[in-house]
Amino acid sequence: MPVEIDIDHVAKLARLDLTAEEKERLRAQLGLILEYAAKVGEAAGADVPPSAYAIPRANVLRPDEPVPSLSREEVLANAPEREADRFKVPPIAEVG
Amino acid sequence: MGEDFETVIGLECHVELSTRTKMFCGCRNEFGAPPNTNVCPVCLGLPGSLPVPNERAIEYIVRIGLALDCEILRYSLFHRKNYFYPDMPKNFQISQYDLPICVKGHLDVQVDGQTHRVGITRVHMEEDTGKTTHAGASGRIAQAEYALIDYNRAGVPLVEVVSEPDIRSPEVARAYFNELRSTLEALDVSDVRMEEGSLRCDANISVRPAGSPEYGTKVEIKNLNSVRSLERALKYEQERQVAALRTGEKLVQETRHFDEGTGTTHTLRSKEEAFDYRYFPEPDLPPLEPDTEWVEKIRGALPELPAARRARFERELGLAPRQTTLVGASKATADFLEEAIDLGAPAAAVANWMTQDLSGLLNKARIELPESKVTPQHIADLIRLVEESTISVTAAKQVLEEAFETGKPIEEIVETRGLRQVTDTSALEAWVVEAIAENPEPVEQFRAGKDGAINFLVGQVMKKSRGAANVRTVQELLRAKLSGS
Ligand SMILES: [Zn+2]
Repeated sequence: MPVEIDIDHVAKLARLDLTAEEKERLRAQLGLILEYAAKVGEAAGADVPPSAYAIPRANVLRPDEPVPSLSREEVLANAPEREADRFKVPPIAEVG
Repeated sequence: MGEDFETVIGLECHVELSTRTKMFCGCRNEFGAPPNTNVCPVCLGLPGSLPVPNERAIEYIVRIGLALDCEILRYSLFHRKNYFYPDMPKNFQISQYDLPICVKGHLDVQVDGQTHRVGITRVHMEEDTGKTTHAGASGRIAQAEYALIDYNRAGVPLVEVVSEPDIRSPEVARAYFNELRSTLEALDVSDVRMEEGSLRCDANISVRPAGSPEYGTKVEIKNLNSVRSLERALKYEQERQVAALRTGEKLVQETRHFDEGTGTTHTLRSKEEAFDYRYFPEPDLPPLEPDTEWVEKIRGALPELPAARRARFERELGLAPRQTTLVGASKATADFLEEAIDLGAPAAAVANWMTQDLSGLLNKARIELPESKVTPQHIADLIRLVEESTISVTAAKQVLEEAFETGKPIEEIVETRGLRQVTDTSALEAWVVEAIAENPEPVEQFRAGKDGAINFLVGQVMKKSRGAANVRTVQELLRAKLSGS
């Protein structure tokens, strides 16, 4: 069963600026991926409730005990830019 | 606001939990640490890292839910809330969506002796975001040149308490907020410090013609940094909306920002259309299925909540409802009262000092009780000295003022300022004789039957004693002397 993708909406949500050619190609590819995933639905019987989890587990918790964090240099190692001890990013107009 | 309109308010309050570690990793949860020192692969969202919920945080939210009379769902899920904003390094925030831990509760609040029940829609668990500082010449968000981010706060356990739109006035909104804060305080689950951001609040407000079954156009107000701001912003917005409805101006559903300086709200300009957070179940976090036994154990261990404590103050200490509302307004004030009582002071006297002179000093200094230098010991000592007639009530007020300024012990202030009352008649007699000799006119008037003339003489004796004489003793001595000789 082919799945229709609103590629403009998806691109917008992902903040991607796609060319017309890319949109066509990705629409087809994403559709195939969703079709593939939809096979799970065909295999599951009515007695299997939908789940986001592969194994039936619950209440996996950890005690409230501190463990060492990364060093600041490690934390900032992947920062696109930094100023002193903080990550530096482009200005943000939107307040979420 | 006119009688022909009704205001509808709902509040969304965010509470940072005072756990030792973050929600999904073992980084420390502490305020004021150097930037980016409490950060690890999990809260940084590095590939391959696996979040695991903090057991204590789950216990705390269940405590909150039970205190608010919520139902604790037996099956609850974490969801990813996807958005692009650099305050979360992974481009999503772990939150809850259609299956929050706690639902359908309520909180009763009192305003002017009337009880208002505010429904609680839900209480859910999520993680806090990093702290963004907008940098640039003007310091304003809109004109910022860049932003700097500290991820220490990213991943700190955050509980959101969402009320039903049951609130009908800014005053009830304030009372609800205060009651929620003191409840959280009593539960010992958060520092509830608005100035440090551990308690934050957004408000939804609309107005509609009185009796209308439909809601008006809703506005969300952000940037409410104090209880005072909350009430001011709601009052302003209520008037703005009523004025718009009266003139037929169209209101738009939007988010508005409260400006402390001007006391007004203004539109947050947003280029975005409606948000699409694409919530989906967090695949890394299995469901929560709190069992009945555990929930009941937490319920059994709940502390005395503010409403019960106020009721006890009325019942056992004989305080008036008016006083218990003030004294029981926060954990700090209620604890203060009980500590002073433990030090031997009578409840009624402590409540009087707290709700009158002390409260006046706090208001004038614009601070809260815990920030002041006055302790329960001060109040207990003050009351004892007045009861023993060591100092007069007037002197006690001065002593309290100085204790408020300096925090010095009461006895020390009394000694250095020489406020100890002189009740020893031999010491007073000399002043009384002097006052009579120096003021023949009032003496004559008094003897002629004008009783009020004695007040002038009392004043003269008090002056000579620099306020240290006991007024009643002075009066008695004067009367005895004037009628005797
Ligand atoms: Zn971490």
